[in-house]
Amino acid sequence: MTMTATATVAETKYPKSDAEDVRTKFSARDVSVFYGEKQALFDVALDVPRHQVTALIGPSGCGKSTFLRCLNRMNDTIPICRVTGDIRLDDNNIYAPDIDVVYLRARVGMVFQKPNPFPKSIFENIAYGPRIHGIATDKNDLDKIVQTSLEKAGLWNEVKDRLGEPGTGLSGGQQQRLCIARAIAVQPEVILMDEPCSALDPIATAKIEELIDELRSNYTIVIVTHNMQQAARVSQQTAFFHLGYLVEHSTTEQIFTNPDDQRTQDYITGRFG
Amino acid sequence: MSETIASDTFALTDISTQKEATAEAVRQSLKKRYSAERRFRFYGVMALVFAFLMLVVLFATIFSNGYSAFVQTMIRIDVKLDAETIDPKGTRDPAVLLRAGYGLLIKQSLRETFPEVRSRRDKKKLYGLVSQLGANDALSDLVLQNPVVIGKTVSIWVPASDDVDMLVKGHISRDVPEKERRVSNKEIAWIDTIKAQDRLKTQFNTNFFTAGDSREPEMAGVWGAAMGSLLTLAVTLLLSFPLGVSAAVYLEESAPKNRWTQIIEVNINNLAAVPSIVFGLLGLAVLLNFMGMPRSAPVVGGIVLALMTLPTVIIAGRAALTSVPPSIREAALGVGASRVQTIFHHVLPLAMPGILTGSIIGMARALGETAPLLMIGMVAFIADIPQGFTDPATVLPVQVYLWADSPERAFVEKTSAAIIVLLVFLVTMNALAVWLRQKFENRW
Repeated sequence: MTMTATATVAETKYPKSDAEDVRTKFSARDVSVFYGEKQALFDVALDVPRHQVTALIGPSGCGKSTFLRCLNRMNDTIPICRVTGDIRLDDNNIYAPDIDVVYLRARVGMVFQKPNPFPKSIFENIAYGPRIHGIATDKNDLDKIVQTSLEKAGLWNEVKDRLGEPGTGLSGGQQQRLCIARAIAVQPEVILMDEPCSALDPIATAKIEELIDELRSNYTIVIVTHNMQQAARVSQQTAFFHLGYLVEHSTTEQIFTNPDDQRTQDYITGRFG
Repeated sequence: MSETIASDTFALTDISTQKEATAEAVRQSLKKRYSAERRFRFYGVMALVFAFLMLVVLFATIFSNGYSAFVQTMIRIDVKLDAETIDPKGTRDPAVLLRAGYGLLIKQSLRETFPEVRSRRDKKKLYGLVSQLGANDALSDLVLQNPVVIGKTVSIWVPASDDVDMLVKGHISRDVPEKERRVSNKEIAWIDTIKAQDRLKTQFNTNFFTAGDSREPEMAGVWGAAMGSLLTLAVTLLLSFPLGVSAAVYLEESAPKNRWTQIIEVNINNLAAVPSIVFGLLGLAVLLNFMGMPRSAPVVGGIVLALMTLPTVIIAGRAALTSVPPSIREAALGVGASRVQTIFHHVLPLAMPGILTGSIIGMARALGETAPLLMIGMVAFIADIPQGFTDPATVLPVQVYLWADSPERAFVEKTSAAIIVLLVFLVTMNALAVWLRQKFENRW
C-alpha cells in the first residue's frame, strides 16, 4: 500500500472541511497497532488541532497511551510493536521511510508518566537536548535557553540558585516540570504528555495543569489522562478511547455535557472504567 | 420463642468458642513461627561464623608461614679486594669488574675468619654459610659503583645461605638429632661464633621485592612474577574490556532478538563455564603452534586470559545495561537523541559501575589463574625480570606453584610470602573496583 493510496482512501473516508485542514497539526487515519499477534488499536482516525490541548481519556488498557506513543514513534523502540495506517504531521506522513525519527522527536516532544530527569544536574537536563541538536552554539545561548525553558515551565524561581544540583534531587512535581522544561528546550511544535500528573500530589498537579494551559498558546499539546476532571479542566478537545477503538472525539464541552455515544456517557459519569 | 433464643445463644457461644479456638491456634502457630525464625537466624549466624573461622585459619596459616620471608639473615664478612684477582690488567673495565672472581675472595675471607677449618669437606661447608650468589652480587655491585675500593679491605653485609637463614629464623630446630638435621653441629658452632662477633643480623628483605626467580632460595624474588602478572593483566584488560563492553552493548541495545542472537547468548553463557585449561589448550594450538607467537610471553598469556574473561565481562555488562531504568532511555529518545547518543550519553555511564565491577572480578579471576598459562609455557623457570610483552615471563600464581614444588625448606616461606603478595594484588584490585564504583555512582 503506497502513501498516496492511503491518503486518498483516508480523504474519501473522512472528508475534511477547509477550516479544519489549516488548523490540524496531527492527522491520523486508519491507525492500527499490533503488539505481536495482539491488536491494541483499531483503525483510529483523529485530528489534533493546532495550539489546543487534546485530551485522550479512557479506561486502563484502552490504547490511549499506545496512540500517543505513535505520534512521535516511541513505539519503534518496542521490537514486537507494529503500526499500520497513516499519521500526518503538517501533512507529512511520519511513518514514511524518508522521515528521520530523531528529527521527528525533536519536533514532537514528550513528557512521561513518571518524572524521569537524567541523573545529571538541573542545567544539564535542560541543556542536553539543545546541545545534541546543535540549537545552542555557545555557552551564552545555552544559558539563555535553560533560563527561558525553566521560566516557561514555572521552575526558574525555585531552582535558579541550584542549577548545578542533581535533577533527581527535586520533588516529584518539580521533577515533572523539569521534564516539561527539558521538552520545551528543544523548541518542539507538539508536546505529548502521558499521564503527567498521575505520580503527583494535588498541589503539584494544579501547577502542572496551570502550566499546560499557558503552554497552549505556543505549542500543540496532546495529553493522556485518567483523571476526567483534569481533562475537563485543561483540554479543548477530548477523545474517548475504549478497548482499542476511538469511540468519540469532539470538543471537551460536547463530550462532558452531551456525548453522542452511550459508552462515553457511561464512562464520564463513572459507571465503568 | 424461648427455643429460638436458646438456639441463638447456642449459636453465639458456638461462634465465640470457635473464635477462642482460632485465637489459641494462632497463638500456638505464632510460637512455632517465631522459633522457626530464631532457628533460621541461628543457622545463618553459624554459617557466617564458620566461614569467618575458615578465613581466619587460612590467613593465619599463610601469614605465620610467610612473614619470615620478608626478612633475610645477613652475615658481615671482611673481604680483601685483591687487585690481582679482580682486575689483573688494571683497565677498570666494567665488563671485567662484573665477571671478576669474587667467589675466591669471599672464600679466602671465610678461611681467614675460621683459620682452624682444614679439611676439604669442612671448607666446603664453611663456604656454604654465605650465599655465594648473593655475596658475589654484593661485591660486584660495590666494586662497579666505586672502583677505588679495589686493593682495600672492606667490611660488607652479604646474605646468608638459605640453611643458615632457616636456622636463624628457627625453621630448622637445633633439638633435632644431627643426622636428621640439614645443618651440622659444626656449622651451628660457626654461626654462633659469627653471631658472637656481631657479624650476623636480620634485615628487611628488599631482594624479595626486587629480584626475579632464582634457584637459590635466599636470592629468589617475586618481582619477576609480579611484573609478568602486570604485563599479562594489561593485555587481558586492553582486550577483554573494550571487546566485552562493545559486545554487551551490541547484544543488549542493537542486536535483533532472533534465533542467532539466542544461540550467541547461550554460547556466551556456556563459555563462561568452560574450564580454564581448555582456553590454555586453545592458546597452545592456535596462538603458539599455528600463529607462531612466542612461548611463555605475557602477550600470549594475556590473550588466553582475555578469552577466558570475555564471557564474564559480557554477562556482567549486559546485566548492568539491563538494570538501567527504561525511563532514562525513553527520556533521551524523547528529546530526540539518536540510539547511539542515548547509549553513550546516558545508558552506558549509568551502567558503568556494574560493568566495571564485573570486569574487575573477571580480572581478579584472571590474576589468580594458573592452568591455562601452564599450557603456553609460562611455567618455565625465568630468572630475568620481563621488560616487555614478548619477553619470557611467569605470573604470581604460577610462581607460587613453582616454589611450592621446590624441595628447599626455605621455599616454604617464600611460597607463603608470594601468596601474600598475590593477595595484596587482589585486595588492591577489589579496592579499586569499590573506588571506581563509588566514583561513578557519585555522579548521581
